[in-house]
Formats: sequence, C-alpha cells, structure tokens
Amino acid sequence: MLALEIDNLYKRYDGGVEALQGISLEVKEGEFFGLLGPNGAGKTTTIGIITSLVTKSGGTVKIFGIDIDKDFPAAKRMIGVVPQEYNFSIFEKVEDIVCQQAGYYGIPKQQARENAEKYLRQLGLWDKRHAAAQTLSGGMKRRLMIARGLVHEPRLLILDEPTAGVDVELRRGMWEFLAKLNASGITIILTTHYLEEAELLCNQIGIISGGKLIENTSKRSLLRKLDKETFIFNTKEPITHIQSLQPFDWRVVDDTTMEITLSKEESLNHVFTLLDNQNIVIESMRNKTNRLEELFLEMVEK
Amino acid sequence: MNRNLTSFTCIARKETTRIFRIWVQTLVPPIITMILYFIIFGRMIGSQLQDIGGYDYMAYIAPGLIMMSIITNSYTNTVSSFFSAKFQRNIEELLVSPTPNWIIILGYVSGGMVRGLFVGLLVSIISFLFTRLPLFHLGYVVIFAVLTSFVFSLAGMINGIFARKFDDVSIIPTFVITPLTYLGGVFYSISLLPEFWQTLSRANPIIYMVDGFRYGFLGISDINALTGLAMLLLFSIILFSINLLLLRNGVGVRT
Repeated sequence: MLALEIDNLYKRYDGGVEALQGISLEVKEGEFFGLLGPNGAGKTTTIGIITSLVTKSGGTVKIFGIDIDKDFPAAKRMIGVVPQEYNFSIFEKVEDIVCQQAGYYGIPKQQARENAEKYLRQLGLWDKRHAAAQTLSGGMKRRLMIARGLVHEPRLLILDEPTAGVDVELRRGMWEFLAKLNASGITIILTTHYLEEAELLCNQIGIISGGKLIENTSKRSLLRKLDKETFIFNTKEPITHIQSLQPFDWRVVDDTTMEITLSKEESLNHVFTLLDNQNIVIESMRNKTNRLEELFLEMVEK
Repeated sequence: MNRNLTSFTCIARKETTRIFRIWVQTLVPPIITMILYFIIFGRMIGSQLQDIGGYDYMAYIAPGLIMMSIITNSYTNTVSSFFSAKFQRNIEELLVSPTPNWIIILGYVSGGMVRGLFVGLLVSIISFLFTRLPLFHLGYVVIFAVLTSFVFSLAGMINGIFARKFDDVSIIPTFVITPLTYLGGVFYSISLLPEFWQTLSRANPIIYMVDGFRYGFLGISDINALTGLAMLLLFSIILFSINLLLLRNGVGVRT
C-alpha cells in the first residue's frame, strides 16, 4: 500500500515563483523516507501541500489511496505533521496544546488526555505538562511539536527539519525515538539538512532541487552511486616529510592531519601500504563528510 | 460525541480560557470605559438634559452603552484572537486538522460572543448603580444581544482573516465601528434629527441593533424592532457566508 502518492505536483506562488515543477513521488507504507534538498528546493512547499497549508497549482496527492481533492478531511486524519518552525501558542500549557490538537481531530477529552500522556512521557515532557510553552528550551519545543503531531495516532508522520537547532545528545535521542516509531509501523517522511540523520534513519531517499525531483531511490542504491570518498587520517607523530601518495588525491591539512580521496576502484589497503613504507603511523581515521552528504553535494551541484 | 462537536468544544474552550486568562486586557478596560461614560454622559451631562421618550437621559443611554460594549468586545475579541493565531502560526494546528471551516468560524465566533455578552452583562450590572433600568421584554433584549454579538464576532473574524499586521487589527474598530456606534443612536434618538439625517442614519446598521435592544428594555423605539431582527439575521447570513468563502479560498491563512 502506498502511504503517499504524488503525481505531477505543481506550485506557482502569486509572485510567479515556480516552487514545484511537476514532482512525482511514491512512499510505501512503513518506509522511512528522507526528502532532501538545498534551501528553497521545494521541500517545505511539498509538505505544505500534503498538509493543506499550501494550495497546489496542479497535480494530485493521495494519502493511503485517498485523493486530497476528493476527501481532504479523511486524508488529514492519517497525517501527523511536525513543522519546521514553532507554531503553537507560547502562552498555553504543554498538555493543553497537545490535548487541543487531539480535540481538533475529534478525539474525545478522556482519550485525548491518555494519548497526550503517552507521547509526553515518551518524549520526556510529562514533568513539564503544566509549564507554559514559552518556558521550554528549544529542544523541548521540538519534542512538544512531535508529541502534538502524534496525539491523534497518525499512520503517516511528516517531519520538516525536526532536529534543526537541537544539540547532539537530544538529536540522538530523537533519532532513537523516530526509529522506534517507524519500527512500530508508522510511515515517516523526514526533511533534513543533516545528511548524517538521513543516512542513519531513512531507507528511501528523494532529492529535490529547483522544484524538481532529481533522485528517488533506496539509500543503498543511492550510496552505490558514490564514486569517491574522502578520508581524514590523523598521524601518531607530526608529519615532517612525506613523499607523494600517487595515485591518490591527497593533501596535508596540518602537522598531524591529512586528507586522502579514494575512488571506488581503489582500496584503503593500498593507502596504508604507502603510508607504512614511509613509516607514517596512523592513529585514527574517519570520513571527511558522511557518504550521503558527499553524494548529495555532487548531485545538487550538477 | 460527534467529531465536529468535539472540535468546536475544543476551540470554544480555548477561546474562553484565553479571555479569562488575560482578563486585565479583555474585561477590565471596557468596564472602566463604560463607568466613565455613565458618570460623564449619564450623570454630569445627562442631568442637564430633558427626558427622551419619557425616560431620563441615563436610563435612555444605558441600553445603548450595554450594546456598545457588546459590539466592540465581540468584534475586538475575534479579530485579535484570530490575528494572534495567525501571527503565532498556531492557526496551522487547526488548518492541518480535519476540522471543517464552518466549525473554525463558529469556534472563534463563540469566543467573541462569550466576551461580548459577558462584558455586556457586567455593564448591565454596573448600569444598575446609576439608574433603574426597566425590562419591557426580556426576549428582545436577549435576541438582540445574542445576534448583535454574533454579527460583530463574524465581522471581527473577517478583519482577522485579512489582517497582515497589528495595525490592521485596529483600523476598522477605530475608523468604522466607533464612528458608526457613536452615530448609531447610543446617545440620542434619531427622531430628534432633521429628516435628511434621519434617513441617512437608517443606512447605519448599528442603529437597528441599539434601537431594538433599547426597545427590549424601555419599550420605545425609532424603528420597528422586527425590522431590526430581520436586518440582524440578514447580516448573520451574509457575514457567515463571506467568512466561509474566505477560509475555503485560503485567504490570509494559506499560500
């Protein structure tokens, strides 16, 4: 079953900007789909159309088979949305914000409270339930929006940059939460700037650039397209002299750091042999950027 | 419970909570203003004036002042609450939900009505400190109060939908509602005006509301109260339809 089916989606804003130029996209039920793209690529517009905040100029959108032009309320019941920017009343209490949202979906008060408690506890906000939203930290506000997006138990959760501005520890906690949520059967669509996040969580990736979908495939097949990778090597002793590391593309960054780029056909063993021959001892190594990021930049810059 | 009813209850509760949470902004200022009106216009100036329709000036203006509170508070509450929801973007909570537009309108309007009618009730109680207001027909009092509050809450909602900045929230109340209210027979009977001005006054919708409401208390009117009721029903239908059309087309809330 398809959780989301977008066909030939167009959006032209009043000023004449063509934000979407015929995007077609399918997300299967149970997938963790990453929608990537540079700023202004059309990610938020796409999400806006799916959630009714933006009016489309053309094309069709179906949520679990329901055409939004035919029965938007039924489609909306299956969607939970976590927007990029805070959009709750800062003067209201945490629990009230979540319960009200449940009410807007027609969930009776008692059930709304039970659902709110479930998600506020899971997201570590239960102790803050009586606090006004304006007193929460940035990370808590993000988690509040996730709890609010889940309170009506949607089958499809859409998150627009959910970890923007969240510290590393909280981000990892959120990743864990989202992975569990997806494992429980909820389809997730995520837009993010952190490609590490997409590589870790998503099994399907779509890349939007300039209002067009330039890639839509599984993460595995996408990463296979990566034809070179850059590694950072840290040496045990300062590099005093070094001979050429041909055929590799290499450069010394500082006393104890160097960058070496390998193509798909080359092996790390060869690199280590060349370094070993020069008595350079490697203490640690890592990817310069994550693999998806490297590929993303390559595709978007084309 | 029906989903729409749950949704409506939720919006109405939220709106009502807001009114009482910020009571210093929503309830206190209109009460102080009305007390000043009673003292200055009713007691100080009114004591120098002759009776109108057999009632002293204070009793004559009291229903008009109550109605003025209902009008301004119903309108102000809806426009400011809806604009604030747009400004803080929490209107999106409703827009992404399956709540139908007519429920959103009724929810916000209910908030305007709660504030308008509650302030109206408080002003009525205060009026008893200044005058003994008779009650000619309770039915007319209630129906004129409720329908007027409904109409001006709907009008405030339209203003809220179009408003893009804080200035837009106060332009209509300052330049349209207040002048129309002052010229709407709150402080005088239009029968005292020359014929030309009487005819012109009849183009002011607030005349019908103030006059009908006053009829409920005093039993005197310049215009048939049933005409006033018909006008209110007509305004209700027109303004509700405009709101519905605006939200359906996403004016001011969707891009």
